[in-house]
Amino acid sequence: MAVVERIAATRAVTRKRKNRLDRGEGRTAFFFLLPSLIGVTLFLVVPIIASVVLSFTNWKLLGQPQFVGFANYIKLFTADPQFWPVVRNTLFFTFEYLVLNIIISLGLAVWISSLKMGQRWFRVIFFLPTFTPGIAVAIVWMLIFAPGGFFDFVTGSLAIHLPNLLTDQKLAMQAVIIVSLWAGVGYNTVLFNAALDMVPASYMEAARIDGASAWDRFWKIRLPLISPTLFFGTVMTAITSLQVFDQIYVMTRGGPGSATATLGYSIFQKGFQNFQMGYASSIAWVMFAMIMALTAFQFWLQRKWVHYDN
Amino acid sequence: MANVTITDVVKNYGHLEVLHGVSASVADGEFVVLVGPSGCGKSTLLRMIAGLESISDGDIEIGDRVVNDLEPKERDIAMVFQSYALYPHMTVRANMAFSLKLARRSKDEIEQMVNRAAEILDLSTLLDRYPRQLSGGQRQRVAMGRAIVRNPQVFLFDEPLSNLDAKLRVQMRGEIKALHQRLGATMIYVTHDQMEAMTMGDRIVVMRAGVIEQIGTPLEIYDTPANSFVASFIGSPSVNLIDGVVQTQNNQLVLQADDGAIWPLPSNVNVKAGTPVQLGIRPEHIYLDPAGLPAEAFMIEPTGADTHVQLRVGKQLLIGVFRDRPDIALNATFHVRPDVSRAHVFDRVSGKRIGA
Repeated sequence: MAVVERIAATRAVTRKRKNRLDRGEGRTAFFFLLPSLIGVTLFLVVPIIASVVLSFTNWKLLGQPQFVGFANYIKLFTADPQFWPVVRNTLFFTFEYLVLNIIISLGLAVWISSLKMGQRWFRVIFFLPTFTPGIAVAIVWMLIFAPGGFFDFVTGSLAIHLPNLLTDQKLAMQAVIIVSLWAGVGYNTVLFNAALDMVPASYMEAARIDGASAWDRFWKIRLPLISPTLFFGTVMTAITSLQVFDQIYVMTRGGPGSATATLGYSIFQKGFQNFQMGYASSIAWVMFAMIMALTAFQFWLQRKWVHYDN
Repeated sequence: MANVTITDVVKNYGHLEVLHGVSASVADGEFVVLVGPSGCGKSTLLRMIAGLESISDGDIEIGDRVVNDLEPKERDIAMVFQSYALYPHMTVRANMAFSLKLARRSKDEIEQMVNRAAEILDLSTLLDRYPRQLSGGQRQRVAMGRAIVRNPQVFLFDEPLSNLDAKLRVQMRGEIKALHQRLGATMIYVTHDQMEAMTMGDRIVVMRAGVIEQIGTPLEIYDTPANSFVASFIGSPSVNLIDGVVQTQNNQLVLQADDGAIWPLPSNVNVKAGTPVQLGIRPEHIYLDPAGLPAEAFMIEPTGADTHVQLRVGKQLLIGVFRDRPDIALNATFHVRPDVSRAHVFDRVSGKRIGA
């Protein structure tokens, strides 16, 4: 009995010592993490909470904010004549840009991976726009598309009668989409190209022996095998396209009329031009909800088409 | 089923020639093993038969058709890859049915053919699993199932057992052999493992550096190797090769080894005195004999059934394989007798066998 008690006592002492040690280590770890924690709190957690709070106020950048309950949201959904067109514009942009981006980048990725030489060069060339500042890109494209600009000159020389892209109600959004594609396709191209290159050659060889044509091999083997990367690219592109702002700010300022006004631009307009910070915050939260909903929908959908190997 | 004829086949990668005009034929229903060290061109040759590599020169015929310019799917072959190459996003059933679906077979037909193959390979309970849910041996069987389901003319195996552990390898070796006996199909099997080659092949093709060194049945190759490379590649542990020059002593031909020691030569060997040769003695042809040559063991490796002893006779290092547990102590002197009548003699310059 005495032996058992002694063992139990020793164990208890060891456990205590261990606990003390754990606490010491925990404290050290906390101090190491403190700089990041302060950064995250100051620049992420506090602004997020602040924007939630602001969305229930009528803060006008100057002066004291007043609590208005759900008034901003009610106004947004029921009274604001601009809100629904803006939502429609955003969804239109997201849908068209997302579909075109994925198709073009996948096409380019497949083309690059089929090349026997120069793969690296093409990857660099297509990736260049990704690390070019978006504002600079948009300014250059705005000059190209401006009335009497290079684009008008080309269409004129080819005797194609098109209205100016930036001033036409229907075509302005297409101009924004072209610029967004130019800037955004490279990232997905490189991403998908890397995924395609990771597909072991033996799968493709096995498929050739099984009698699969190049078309079959692409649709039945390669595409399912890169589906996790394709899914990642689609989700990320959808998120960034719902937030579109730079190109619109530089090229169209939401115009002509409100033909290219999107949620991102609307937040800027309400918050920093009309100084309706509370109202802008509520739009930001609507945008957040849309992004969450679309992402959740994509995650739900992935069960049907994304194949994970483990 | 069909025979395969390979005639003067050359493979170039740019200016580099990796196969230097190889010729071989595989009879209908035969199991032929291509064996050789890494980089000898055996996998390249197999891939050329499959249509996965182009043929730079020469002809490959399957049945009576020259298949040089045919796509893999037109050659009526099936291949089992080293990595198995099972499509990870398809179930076992879908993997096996893939080629049949592409060939637009009817649903009933596909089900019947897949079930039959699954039954042969004992896969019936695994049909709805994904490859990731299978063990190495099961994946291997699925890869074979995918091959047999199409009932091709020729089966090609590219080192299919390399990724398995030793025990499973032996088991699968037996299963592939049994499958061959059951299907009676033409099979070409690539391996670097001489044990696999010996145990599985009806005939073996030994390759080195893009040329065929010898073609023959396993025992032909073991008993009468065409050159010193084949002698040392086939057999484990490797054959003992003693370098020396043929001399006449008491009207008998002997080998004077480079270290000065005198070794007897097989009595029927047709060689002149003064010829530089290599004497090849298989480890199992060295026997314990109190009246033999004095030897000293410097490493003893018991394998259970046999004991491998690395020994020194004079200055010559040899390896001997003895049944059970011989009474040999490390660094102690004992006596051995090489069975010279079963030894091989090779020309030291060309490496070629010098026969009777």
